[in-house]
Amino acid sequence: MFSETPHTILQATNISIGYSHKKKSTVVAENISFQLQKGELIGLVGANGIGKSTLLRTLTGIQKPLSGSVSIFNKNIANYHPLELASLLSVVLTEAPTSKNLSVLEFVSLGRQPYTNWMGKLTPTDSEKVQWALQITDTQKLSQQKCFELSDGQLQRVAIARALAQDTPIIILDEPTTHLDLYHRAVVLKLLKKLSQETEKTILFSTHEIDLAIQLSDKMMVLTEANCHFDAPCKLIEEGKFKSLFPEDTIQFDTKTGRFSIKD
Amino acid sequence: METQKSYKKVFLLLFLLLIVFFFVNISLGSVAIPLKDVITSFFGSEASKSSWEYIITQYRIPKAITAMLVGSGLGVAGLLMQTLFRNPLAGPFVLGLSSGASLGVAFLILGAGAFGGFFTNALVSEWSLVIASALGSFLVLLAVLAVTFRVKDTMAILIIGLMFGSVTSAVVAVLSYFSNAEKLQQYVFWSFGSLGNQSWNSVFILSFCVMLGLLIAFFSVKPLNALLLGENYARSLGVRLKRTTLLIIVATSILAGAITAFAGPIAFIGLAVPHITRQWITTSNHSVLLPGVLLLGGIIMLICDSVAQIPFSEYTLPINAITSLVGAPVVIWLLVRKKKLLF
Repeated sequence: MFSETPHTILQATNISIGYSHKKKSTVVAENISFQLQKGELIGLVGANGIGKSTLLRTLTGIQKPLSGSVSIFNKNIANYHPLELASLLSVVLTEAPTSKNLSVLEFVSLGRQPYTNWMGKLTPTDSEKVQWALQITDTQKLSQQKCFELSDGQLQRVAIARALAQDTPIIILDEPTTHLDLYHRAVVLKLLKKLSQETEKTILFSTHEIDLAIQLSDKMMVLTEANCHFDAPCKLIEEGKFKSLFPEDTIQFDTKTGRFSIKD
Repeated sequence: METQKSYKKVFLLLFLLLIVFFFVNISLGSVAIPLKDVITSFFGSEASKSSWEYIITQYRIPKAITAMLVGSGLGVAGLLMQTLFRNPLAGPFVLGLSSGASLGVAFLILGAGAFGGFFTNALVSEWSLVIASALGSFLVLLAVLAVTFRVKDTMAILIIGLMFGSVTSAVVAVLSYFSNAEKLQQYVFWSFGSLGNQSWNSVFILSFCVMLGLLIAFFSVKPLNALLLGENYARSLGVRLKRTTLLIIVATSILAGAITAFAGPIAFIGLAVPHITRQWITTSNHSVLLPGVLLLGGIIMLICDSVAQIPFSEYTLPINAITSLVGAPVVIWLLVRKKKLLF
């Protein structure tokens, strides 16, 4: 279906996602195929409960696809050693760290775990990467603060810094803009844009900020009950793919402005 | 994990305190022995009185070492459980280990009355108590491990452990109902906990078990730190969750099981010491916390034991009462002073 290009980082081939309990399996979505390239920023949108989180969990290897395969650098993620996978793919989850007593520096430096020795001791290289991650996310000043002292916006940037410290070619973020006001949502998404351009990382994020995602993403994934559309946002608008996102009796997508508006 | 502050001074202070309280603990008791004699007989020379020397080498040193092992072991076990279950209320006995031990001992002591004449009084020797309680915790451990293999959710393991606890307490209650006063008293005395009357032999066995548990704990420092972020983050960092969970549960079981077998169900220490340590050394980094809990647990238990002996009197109070009497106000004071639970 897709031709191989040298810059393909992550590839999903015909996967169907869902949950299996003993003999019965519940399919959430099926026939999903896409290729993510180096340095791309990809926004994943879809209605609540459509399977965005399930898709992200499948891509990160937390759960297995019911069929089809997810591969990174042409190797199925199920065949990677957990530590190997941890050096290829990092995540930013919706959940805050369980121990908010961690200082920002401690939190971010935990991202170096796949590379440290059995005691978790940081080498000068590790410290450098941590400092770089703090610097690029503009969280250096916070480094001595405890996580419980941070605002939601600061915590989100620190969580991104932790993923950066893990130094992986792919970062997957699950709804990084929830709980944030409009300004901070824009700050976080612009930071992701900057990271994908400057570090050539492949960054996939799920979001409900469809208009912001349309403006910033290189590619978008529109997950609907019937299909998963994957293309550049302007193409998707042209093809009217956003219209199928929600039932059209309440809100309507305006192809000219790229926004949803309440239907009178 | 990078922690900027250096904790060398704190550890040095704790280590010195441990040594001081070790010798103070040996010198105090129904017969007060001057520190000078304690130290000379500790290093193999003769004390001023030969009776002192006997008391010191055969009774007080084993007791002081047991106190340190119990305090350190239970403290570390508590820390492991609090991190694994991400719950500040967890302690070394949440897995139902002490209830298992209680059940074993209850069957031994009370079962004799309830089932009539099968066990004789002579059977209830010290070693049979140890064996019964070890057997009890071991059976609960096997049950917990079986559950761990089947259940994915650590919170479910926590609840199941608590359920084991309820069931065993209920069985103990039923057994108590059918026993006579004398047996009941014997059981109650066991449940008070005791650090004394340990032969050198049992001290060696206990040290071996505690060391083994601590060793596993030290090798789990890195995954423990990853668990501070939650299970999903830990997995994304390459931590093999099942293996880590299993390893932590085994370490806790060895620590809590062995200690309960030799010293009875010692309450409170396992829950309180990690909190006291966190309030004082304000980090969650386990490579700092673990040795902190280790040292502080030993110190607190030595102090509790010294208090329990009631210096210069012939009475010895139940150690279980003292750990709570001394420990609870400390935890309350720390929480009120800092106004925040650091976890």
